[in-house]
Amino acid sequence: MRFGVIRFPGSCDEVDAVQACERYGDAELLWHRERGLRDIDAVIVPGGFSYGDYLRPGAIARFSPIMEAVADFAREGGRVLGICNGFQVLCEAGLLPGALLGNEHLRFRCRQVEVLVENTDTAFTRACARGERLSIPGKHTTGRYFAPPALLDELEANGQVVFRYASGQNPNGSLNDIAGVVNEAGNVVGLMPHPEHAVNPLCSSGDGGKLFASAALEPLAA
Amino acid sequence: MRARVLIRPKEGILDPQGQTVERALPALGFDGVSDVRIGRLVELEVPDIAEVEAMCEKLLANPLVEDYEILPAESS
Repeated sequence: MRFGVIRFPGSCDEVDAVQACERYGDAELLWHRERGLRDIDAVIVPGGFSYGDYLRPGAIARFSPIMEAVADFAREGGRVLGICNGFQVLCEAGLLPGALLGNEHLRFRCRQVEVLVENTDTAFTRACARGERLSIPGKHTTGRYFAPPALLDELEANGQVVFRYASGQNPNGSLNDIAGVVNEAGNVVGLMPHPEHAVNPLCSSGDGGKLFASAALEPLAA
Repeated sequence: MRARVLIRPKEGILDPQGQTVERALPALGFDGVSDVRIGRLVELEVPDIAEVEAMCEKLLANPLVEDYEILPAESS
């Protein structure tokens, strides 16, 4: 299993992501100017502040040369995980539905949150049990998940809400307590909390490791 | 040619910045203000104003959550 972790100017969680991936396979950094994805099996779009979050978080990063390769890879069924800023990038790129808006309270929130796994039929949740609670940290200013009403109904009906903040723990005002979503095909997942910061029980929690372990299971059937 | 683009949060989308400003105004003695919404203004020099709409759709705005309005800037 070979993970590729993209590094944009302004990324800051890519090294943790590489270390998290290395617990379950090999991992390497991919520079955002690259036009191909080398020989990797899964892509991680990491957290941080790509391009200083200018204009809107993710708005500029989605035009990085490597994102074209990521879009092709995703269309062919490749496994892609966007974490925090990476989730914002994937939404801006149209690889995931919806948008992330400024937190309801306008503050940066950094705290451990519990999320419920609502869909275990995705590339990054297959090692989880349905309804399982994962304790992982969230840290963001722009994490309020939004989708227009018709789209939101569709996502709920299709089971595309993968992660939901546990009752009372929604840190940002996301609609329906949504913490993460998946595309229709099940191979592209995005979430605001940071599983890569929760891969060692000695450091608060190892729950986040399940996402990377899921990706390292057998490839999705085409 | 100089163009201006006004970008605002779509109607119905919670705008916490607008709400915060709305709550601050009475403290300064400005009563009765409601429905404050905060967007942004992009000014740009373009060879062809007809291209600005495509720029908005692709980059300047996120059409899922924002409305935009393109205005030719007054020549002065």
